[in-house]
Amino acid sequence: MSVLVYTENWDGKFKKLSFELVSYAGKLAEMMGTTTTAVTIGEVSNDELKQLGKYGADKVICLKSDNLKNLDSQLYTSAIAQVAQSEGSKVIVIANNNSGKAIAPRLSVRLKAALGSGVSQLPLSLSPFTVYKRAFSGGAFAQVVLKTDIKIIALTQNSFDIVENSKDVKIERVDIQVDAPKTVVKDVQKQTGKLLLTDAEIVVSGGRGMKSPDNWGPIVELAELLGGATACSRPVSDEGWRPHDEHTGQTGKIIAPNLYIAVGISGATQHIAGVSGSKYIVAINNDKSAPIFEVAQYGIVGDAQKVLPKLVEAVKEIKGK
Amino acid sequence: MKILVCISHVPDTTTKVKFVDGDTKLDTNGIQWVINPWDELSLTRALELKDDASTGVKSVTVAHVGNATTEPTIRKALAIGADDAIRVNAEPTDAYYAAAQLAEVVKKEQFDIVMCGIESSDYNNSAVGSMLAEFLGIPSVSAVSNIKVENGQAIITREIDGGKEVLTVPTPFVAIVQKGIAKEPRIAAMRGIMMARTKPIKLYEPVAVDALTEYVKFEMPKPRAACKFVDPENPKELITLLQNETKLI
Repeated sequence: MSVLVYTENWDGKFKKLSFELVSYAGKLAEMMGTTTTAVTIGEVSNDELKQLGKYGADKVICLKSDNLKNLDSQLYTSAIAQVAQSEGSKVIVIANNNSGKAIAPRLSVRLKAALGSGVSQLPLSLSPFTVYKRAFSGGAFAQVVLKTDIKIIALTQNSFDIVENSKDVKIERVDIQVDAPKTVVKDVQKQTGKLLLTDAEIVVSGGRGMKSPDNWGPIVELAELLGGATACSRPVSDEGWRPHDEHTGQTGKIIAPNLYIAVGISGATQHIAGVSGSKYIVAINNDKSAPIFEVAQYGIVGDAQKVLPKLVEAVKEIKGK
Repeated sequence: MKILVCISHVPDTTTKVKFVDGDTKLDTNGIQWVINPWDELSLTRALELKDDASTGVKSVTVAHVGNATTEPTIRKALAIGADDAIRVNAEPTDAYYAAAQLAEVVKKEQFDIVMCGIESSDYNNSAVGSMLAEFLGIPSVSAVSNIKVENGQAIITREIDGGKEVLTVPTPFVAIVQKGIAKEPRIAAMRGIMMARTKPIKLYEPVAVDALTEYVKFEMPKPRAACKFVDPENPKELITLLQNETKLI
């Protein structure tokens, strides 16, 4: 039976997303009266693998193969499908992030397993197996019945709270057989050590109302003080004021932090589509009728240039800096 | 080299959606339909590749699964510059069903590069491109932000956490594209609109496939609490509120 949860590791380390996935799988296994097996691919230490046991994994399988050094969607699908079959898994839980999106749909076809993606909570019912997912780019939610014997759930990052549920976890290491990869990675450009926008729990974001890239200092400072990341609206990245990987919105990054602080962002539908999953939204804008205030819980109507430095001071005060 | 761009027909992205029949169906009344934004960017990049003679890209075809009412969306793609189009005459009941139909098209017509947008803005499944590749047993690369073709070889950039990777992949393959693939979607010019009227749309009848999922009900997002406004002269009050009420800072 078992619920299988795939979590990637980042240079041998897990992160909060991994624990969210395992917590979700653990709770689902409880609902179904079965056990939870976690699977990861690559070199991961025993201590790190054991961490997954804290959040409800009964068993952790660490797969290794020289052919799996880089993400090749066909091979990763083969590897995870092999584990799902040997474990007799009825539900597979995976992240709805870049790598999850590369693997989950292939796995769905491979195993003829219905896929629910962008899922943000536990199934509403097990029979019929009904998941709750984002639709219309955040404009609505849908209840979707997964009609097959095996189901795949692609879980939205930061939508499920971590729950500690310590298990006496069993670790298995498997040398898995897969073909040679067809995709060949020639070059990697990667910044390490920087908080990823998709991982950040607090995000400070600037829009065209910031007027000039020279005015970004207090946005960056506020994000740093709060231990968060910076983002921006589409016009800002299109103008080259900020890097493209900060663009948050329908066609950019879709994020769901606990706190999203939008400064000088009017809140076009396309921008809201990227941030509507945030738990709290704060808006600072000089136009009281800006649509961002319709989705914000806290707002300041005022000139961002004047308000921001005062906010930075206030945060410094409470942080004792 | 032949490129296929799969396009989805979606409500304009500024639509405030509503539902009918006990919240089981989208209310299509008054909806403006458009090419899914990522698919439009795919098409733009495909046409850029074709415009550059050095790539050896000879044609750009669009394929779509939908009934006859979706033809204006296909004509729009032809007006933007696609050479020809294929429509599978069926209601796409879910991603698996749509991908299975597209797979039949690719098997019959043979393309070197198949491009799909990372997701459609209506059902947000991010599934059709990768499913299509799996049906065909060919490689897929997801989160693609650039495609170049040099000496008959596709060179792809994909986004990864905290950076990007450049990779090569043999044809045929499916590229699942996202932001960055093209700067702005190409817009149809008058000449393109005139020419589109006579470009061929080949009709395929669907193959028998069962959908694996069923949308049983839609809900609107839960309304958020009304905005509490803080005096712009005293932003410190905002920090106090965030500390006391959200406990996040």
